[in-house]
Amino acid sequence: MTYSAWRIFTEGLTGNRGWKRAWRDPEPRSDYEVVIVGAGGHGLASAFCLAKEFGITNVAVLEKGWLGSGNIGRNTTIIRSNYLLPGNEPFYEFSLKLWERLEEDTNYNSMVSQRGIINLFHNDAGRDAARRRGNAMMLAGADAVLLDREGVRAQYPFLDFDNARFPIRGGLYQPRAGTARHDAVAWGYARGADRHGVDIVQNCEVTGFRIEAGRCTGVETTRGTIGAKKVAVCVAGSSSRVMAMAGLRLPIESHVLQAFVSEGLKPVIPGVITYGAGHFYISQSDKGGLVFGGDIDGYNSYAQRGNLPMVEDVCEGGMALMPMIGRAKLLRMWGGVMDMSMDGSPIIDKTPVDGLYFNGGWCYGGFKATPASGWCTAHLLATGAPHPTAAAYRLDRFRSGRVIDETGAGAQPNRH
Amino acid sequence: MIIPHPLLGPRDASEFVYLGDASLIDRPAPEAGIDAFHDYVYQRDNPAGAHRELWFHEHGDRSWLVVTRNTLTHEILAVELAKDVARRRGRGR
Amino acid sequence: MTKRLPGGLIDRSKPLTFSFNGRTMQGFAGDTLASALLANGQRLVARSFKYHRPRGIFSAGSEEPNALMTIGSGAFQEPNVRATVAELYEGLEAKSQNHRGPLSFDLMAVTDLLSPFLSAGFYYKTFMWPASFWEKFYEPVIRESAGLGELATTPDPSTYDKGFLHADVLVIGAGPAGLSAALAAGRAGARVILCDEDFIAGGRLNGEAHEVDGMPGAEWAEATIRELSELPNVRVLTRTTVFGVFDHGIFGALTRNTDHLAPGADGPRQTLWRITAKRAVLAAGATERPIAFAGNDRPGVMLAGSVRTYANRFAAAPGARIAVFTNNDDGWRTARDLTAKGVEVTALIDSRAVGERKAPGGIPLLTGTVVTGTSGRLGLASVTLSSGERIAADCLAVSGGWNPNVALTCHQRGRPRWDDMLAAFLPGADLPLGMAVAGAANGALTFGAALSSGRAAGEAAAADLGFSPVDAPMPKTDDEPYAVSPLWHVEGKGKAFVDLQNDVAVKDVKLAHREGYRSVEHLKRYTTLGMATDQGKTANVLGLAILAECAGKTIPETGTTIFRPPYTPVPIGALAGASRGQAFRPVRKTPSHRWAEAHGASFVEVGPWLRAEWFALPDETHWRQSVDREVVGVRNSVGICDVTTLGKIDIQGRDAGIFLDRVYANIFSTFPVGKVRYGLMLREDGFAFDDSTTARLGEMHYVMTASTANAVAVFRHLEFCRQCLWPDLDVHLISTTDAWAQFAVAGPNARKLLEKIVDPEVDISNDAFPFMACAEITVCGGVDARLFRISFSGELAFEVAVPSRYGNSLFGTLIEAGREFGAVPYGTEALGVMRVEKGHAVGAEINGQTTARDLGLGRMVSAKKDCIGKALADRDHLMEPGRPQLVGFKPVDRAASLVAGAHFLKEGAEPTMANDEGWMTSVCHSPTLGHAIGLGFIAGGLKRLGETVRAVDLVGGSDVAVEIVSPHFVDPEGVRLRG
Repeated sequence: MTYSAWRIFTEGLTGNRGWKRAWRDPEPRSDYEVVIVGAGGHGLASAFCLAKEFGITNVAVLEKGWLGSGNIGRNTTIIRSNYLLPGNEPFYEFSLKLWERLEEDTNYNSMVSQRGIINLFHNDAGRDAARRRGNAMMLAGADAVLLDREGVRAQYPFLDFDNARFPIRGGLYQPRAGTARHDAVAWGYARGADRHGVDIVQNCEVTGFRIEAGRCTGVETTRGTIGAKKVAVCVAGSSSRVMAMAGLRLPIESHVLQAFVSEGLKPVIPGVITYGAGHFYISQSDKGGLVFGGDIDGYNSYAQRGNLPMVEDVCEGGMALMPMIGRAKLLRMWGGVMDMSMDGSPIIDKTPVDGLYFNGGWCYGGFKATPASGWCTAHLLATGAPHPTAAAYRLDRFRSGRVIDETGAGAQPNRH
Repeated sequence: MIIPHPLLGPRDASEFVYLGDASLIDRPAPEAGIDAFHDYVYQRDNPAGAHRELWFHEHGDRSWLVVTRNTLTHEILAVELAKDVARRRGRGR
Repeated sequence: MTKRLPGGLIDRSKPLTFSFNGRTMQGFAGDTLASALLANGQRLVARSFKYHRPRGIFSAGSEEPNALMTIGSGAFQEPNVRATVAELYEGLEAKSQNHRGPLSFDLMAVTDLLSPFLSAGFYYKTFMWPASFWEKFYEPVIRESAGLGELATTPDPSTYDKGFLHADVLVIGAGPAGLSAALAAGRAGARVILCDEDFIAGGRLNGEAHEVDGMPGAEWAEATIRELSELPNVRVLTRTTVFGVFDHGIFGALTRNTDHLAPGADGPRQTLWRITAKRAVLAAGATERPIAFAGNDRPGVMLAGSVRTYANRFAAAPGARIAVFTNNDDGWRTARDLTAKGVEVTALIDSRAVGERKAPGGIPLLTGTVVTGTSGRLGLASVTLSSGERIAADCLAVSGGWNPNVALTCHQRGRPRWDDMLAAFLPGADLPLGMAVAGAANGALTFGAALSSGRAAGEAAAADLGFSPVDAPMPKTDDEPYAVSPLWHVEGKGKAFVDLQNDVAVKDVKLAHREGYRSVEHLKRYTTLGMATDQGKTANVLGLAILAECAGKTIPETGTTIFRPPYTPVPIGALAGASRGQAFRPVRKTPSHRWAEAHGASFVEVGPWLRAEWFALPDETHWRQSVDREVVGVRNSVGICDVTTLGKIDIQGRDAGIFLDRVYANIFSTFPVGKVRYGLMLREDGFAFDDSTTARLGEMHYVMTASTANAVAVFRHLEFCRQCLWPDLDVHLISTTDAWAQFAVAGPNARKLLEKIVDPEVDISNDAFPFMACAEITVCGGVDARLFRISFSGELAFEVAVPSRYGNSLFGTLIEAGREFGAVPYGTEALGVMRVEKGHAVGAEINGQTTARDLGLGRMVSAKKDCIGKALADRDHLMEPGRPQLVGFKPVDRAASLVAGAHFLKEGAEPTMANDEGWMTSVCHSPTLGHAIGLGFIAGGLKRLGETVRAVDLVGGSDVAVEIVSPHFVDPEGVRLRG
């Protein structure tokens, strides 16, 4: 069933009784060509791309809970490609270009909204760093505009320009950045993959890997053994736990990142603002909620919840930046478990176990990467070679020294 | 969170700065080679459950502590001075 | 006020005037905005979120889905206030939200007519063509229509406070169970904090006609609070919502100090408490849930318990002719209490077969009957029954049963469990540490049970902590049984709403299930059920039950609903407290700050520090004039700069030298007392961490500096090395950054100037005190000081340190003493210019991404010893000769200016990432050379000296040919600094 305005019209006239399931609920088969562990954004996008772009449809996506229950369903929905380093920027720009065509790819409105992002700076060093970044972006074919203070004020007159502890001197603006409706991204990919014949099996937890003579030939699950020529693990947040079942240790720690949404308000914040000095970023959803967040809590956690000091810290940043949000009320807070990698950048690579592939280490940047991550993972699975934009995301880069450290924080995950 | 400091009693976690896995105490011998240092610096068990980890009482007595904390529940199971742990693990001069 | 009844807890001696949508109305002290509106006969108070349907007040508490209003105006305007918990005050201005045109004729109500095309998730299926129309057209329309109230765009004028409280036992909720628990724990001697979100304690006791110990429940509550308030170990906080449960017994709570007063009242508007409690008793009561039937959203359809509250507590009749629709015994009380108050009850409709029971006061009783529809424009006029009968009513009191308030038991991922008897979720077994649940929140839905379970929980909590309970008689109350027979929704024509605020109807739940959104979370996210400002307090269980029915499963098989903080929304301003504006973060000022302020300095934020960036003279109109003058002043004569912000770490002990050898890449143990050495520190991953100097003041005494930005991190790192890696080294560290004021005195006349300051016995001649010498001396007639012959500017230079309290004075003294040489104070900009001229790396270069080799400092890594970072510095990629290296750049056209952040491209190369050769890190105009110079990293750098490349700034639109040169622009041999 193809979604369209006409279909909505005809269904509306007939009581909306004709809508079909968005995806099937299949029993897992005993063998697939590819098994993807994790029906989050990246797993579903990988399956979708395998089927649509590479013609591999004999694919199962296994999910221990409900599809989209990981970080795709608990993030702050920002998409952008304002990265610095050559290992990252082309990948995220590829991702942004895929976001721009997501709806036509999936026939599902994921509400990709290119409302622009501004990263503020507050001193000369910050401006220089923004300029270096902006130039890197443009060298990779992305868009970047360096705004001065008045340029920022023109877009966001209500920021604190007059009494700020860290005065706003300007910002790096990416007009093509924005937000997308996070759940709808998962659903769009799930429906798209399902329409290409991919089996999405929910409530099916992987409990082990079948490894014979150094080769992965399938997975053990709560619904039986499932064979596969290739297995890809896309379970960011739980990567260490899952890969440990294959005997692998990772350069990853799990950390909790909190996010917040306010009550619904009439439109007040047009785009996305990132306030580095205050560790705060914010946008406003189409429903009207202010969606905002800040730093990770900073300690290893799998608990999907954080603590009060970080809540206060984030709100302090918000009030310092835009003191008009004081009477807006925080409605809901939640935590997501992040795969914080040792250099702050992700991994899409083969593993030392033949036939076992790994996608993870997304830190707090996994959502915006979803389309390219899916594409590049599918590329690796289908061709055996990394996609050119993801070639730097190797598992062995920590051994070789080819780390991709955007912040220069070194091997300390909670500082990335 | 509240960390029961072995010398100072219960202290708010915001007085501390977190570093990571207490295995960072086990620095390889200087001649151990790049592989050993790679494992030491980059690889983590990252357990879901009891985790021994280093916290620095930056806004306090500047002790490094080894806190054993459950990463699923955040329950703190034990706290020791890192110095004592280090000595026990054979570190000296 | 036509709808007032006798009695109630309002104060008729204090009438209050308020307005709703500009209409002036009267209420009394003790009213909420909602009760006053009902007393004024105002049934239509809001429009719904999606379909803009008319909505009225639905509840009497914080679970309210409908009656959201904007209160106040101008900067005080507050959107989305629940009228049901807003205390009335004199002059309160309330406005309805989310409509175009008047509330009674909302132009947006057309969406209701279009609703067949706006089913759950319709927007995911359309608005896709053409793609560019989403941002331009569809989305703006959706955004404008969505949202609720409007936020003022001026700064929030209120102040907010924060506080910390500690308790043995925190009791959450001051209803019968909570009062009982607080009394038991308080009498036993435990430190108790009792919080309630309402402005009077008592909870349901205030809304019911029950008696406790022979007095009305409200009076018993008042008496109990009086006793509690007299106990020195008990603190009662009303208007206080415990909104979140965090780790290790920490609770977040919000007290509303002045929200019940007119805007602009003195004092902080709200206080955010962080309460640390050893034990907690959750006595948060229960929330009534509705039944979904066609037209159940019409103004006048209300929760039955709330109707009772309005009548009993607020003496406000929500209608003149009220019908009751229930599936449980509690609904009967509403009928009884209304009758007792003289309100006409037109029917008691019970979905159950109830045997021989008779309705109170001769009310028509219809059993085994359900409501199938409602009618009335903008408000209820009649209800239609399953029997086909129509009953006139302007208010329908609905009870679908009670849901224990388990929210706070879920904040640490606890899962509630389903109870078939109560047809509701009860707290699960995995409660937050130290928490017990009592009263209705634990399913004890009668007063007697609430009182006794509260006491038991209070006693147990106190006993756990070693407090012995005090014997006291149990208050007597007439207990009524509670029985419920689940009824979730009634089939009928028209929309039957589950989530009133988000306009989610039964058919939406069914559609979601049909389309495969079958997990509870899918249902929630696809239909938005439970995601409104009430977080589904009245909707979630209903939605889950309907989903279970669709799936043919039981409710526990289908899922559960859990809750996240906050329990009710918390203003962002309250969470931020006083940390805003200039008070956002503390300011660190340098010792010479006062002097600088008085002498034309402008200041720049360097982390938490404020540093003088330059000292403008009155005739200088551009910062470059000031900076160039300061640089020339230093290079030609002498200048003084406050460098206190550099970290200072005192290192002492027999093994201090060994320690330094291990933490620095170069060797330190061998250099003599009285000398300073430049050192480079690596991180364990082999990248450069920080560079600094360390002075050896004695055999076992060193003083290390660290860069301003890394001062804290370096100290932490050293303590890590000391305690965790080499615990038996005899070495001790202390940070003395704030203890010493330190000033650079730089320039050819630096020695002459200092000779006027140091005490006569101190010899600072070049022979006695050569480059890189250090000593503990006295200055200005006996003031302890430290003197270092180090130079950042490349000139003959010293750094002199005195105890901080002498800093401001010494700075002025130095300037005065230097007057004969034309000594200039100089700021961070001149400092920066001179360091670029000398090619010193700072934070822009030692940025955590570069190695010693990249920085041209590879030879500093001693081959003779181990150090932190040594092993991994030798990884393959870090040894590659093609890595970007630090070099200098001069524009080929000397008149051209340079920008930091430009990238380097070969002549003729396309601007692509593949052709990117590096980037410019720092630039300045060199007054010494008379043109722009820069530092930067370029691939293979030092081998390419003399080559010309382009510095391309795509975001700035410049493209400048630059020559690659040595980074040491001025005096590369270092003659001047040794002079």
